[in-house]
Amino acid sequence: MPAVDVIEQHCPGAISRREQFRDNTRLIVPVDKIYDSLRVLKEKGGFDLLVDITAVDYLHFPDARDRFGVVYCLTNTATGERVVLKTLVNDPDPEVPSVCDLWRGADWMEREVYDMYGIAFANHPDLRRILMPDGFAGHPLRKDYPLRGYGERHNFQPLVRSEG
Amino acid sequence: MAVNPATDNFFVSKLDFVANYARAHSLWPMPFATACCGIELMSTASSRYDLARFGAEVFRFSPRQCDLMVVAGRVVMKMVPVMQRIWLQMPEPKWCISMGACASSGGVFDTYAVVQGIDRFIPVDVYIPGCPPRPEQLIRAVIDLQEKIKATGTFLGTEFAARTKAEGPALVPSMVASEDRIVAPGDYRTATRLREDA
Repeated sequence: MPAVDVIEQHCPGAISRREQFRDNTRLIVPVDKIYDSLRVLKEKGGFDLLVDITAVDYLHFPDARDRFGVVYCLTNTATGERVVLKTLVNDPDPEVPSVCDLWRGADWMEREVYDMYGIAFANHPDLRRILMPDGFAGHPLRKDYPLRGYGERHNFQPLVRSEG
Repeated sequence: MAVNPATDNFFVSKLDFVANYARAHSLWPMPFATACCGIELMSTASSRYDLARFGAEVFRFSPRQCDLMVVAGRVVMKMVPVMQRIWLQMPEPKWCISMGACASSGGVFDTYAVVQGIDRFIPVDVYIPGCPPRPEQLIRAVIDLQEKIKATGTFLGTEFAARTKAEGPALVPSMVASEDRIVAPGDYRTATRLREDA
């Protein structure tokens, strides 16, 4: 059963917008329905593989009304069908529900999205930075983060040769 | 003609000269290879270029057994505390070669994560330009370092004690604007803790 039908049957009204490009189906789902949509896709639709979780920052993007999009890529390994779900969140405190209890592999992907975009994942078992150091304050893939950072790369004590 | 052991079998020199001679010709490199320069570093050590000809073939992967740190490749901010700790773990006397454009200046990677020259954080003796440098350039740097050791070295390492200032470039004001917060990680002592004065 196609992903759209699965969601419409088990989670009616969840899809707010649908885009199709050749065999690539993209569904926009509100953030309060994203968890149920993903759950029925996994449990009823056979989309058992979570390929990726990533995010997009739509700051200064033409005609964009929301700041962030969180993107879930799913695959049905029995039929090869793929579907992309996107949910839109905004400042301040963007937050989406964690899907770690559906796919254990979502753990590190959600941590990476949190690290790079500052999007929190509710009910994540261990939500902390995965790439940047623990004390890091910014979220580097946000469009308003300067390319050269806020000086983090210079914030170390130099070693003097006479002392070591 | 008989050799007189009391007069003919020794010569007088300075202790500094002997120490420098031994140190310059038995450099044990610590390969801090983080990027493609590391491949050239390996090439230099292997048979075609044969760094062993200059007494520097004994690559040790423990800093406790090394006296020449070769930083080959870009260093990111997360790596700086590690690099400083490894440098401090090396026993005296020790030297540092900054190999390649990235280690010396950040190279093309002028981003928030990449350190703009390791000499901002650890003392460097010889810089090698190039992206990556040819093995001949690394050999040249080792020879230059040998000459530096022979020219300035002392038995007790007083030439190191005289280097009491940080030798890297000062921060360019445009790099850290006044309105930018200085945030993030710790120093070599803690590796992760926030600095108290930050």
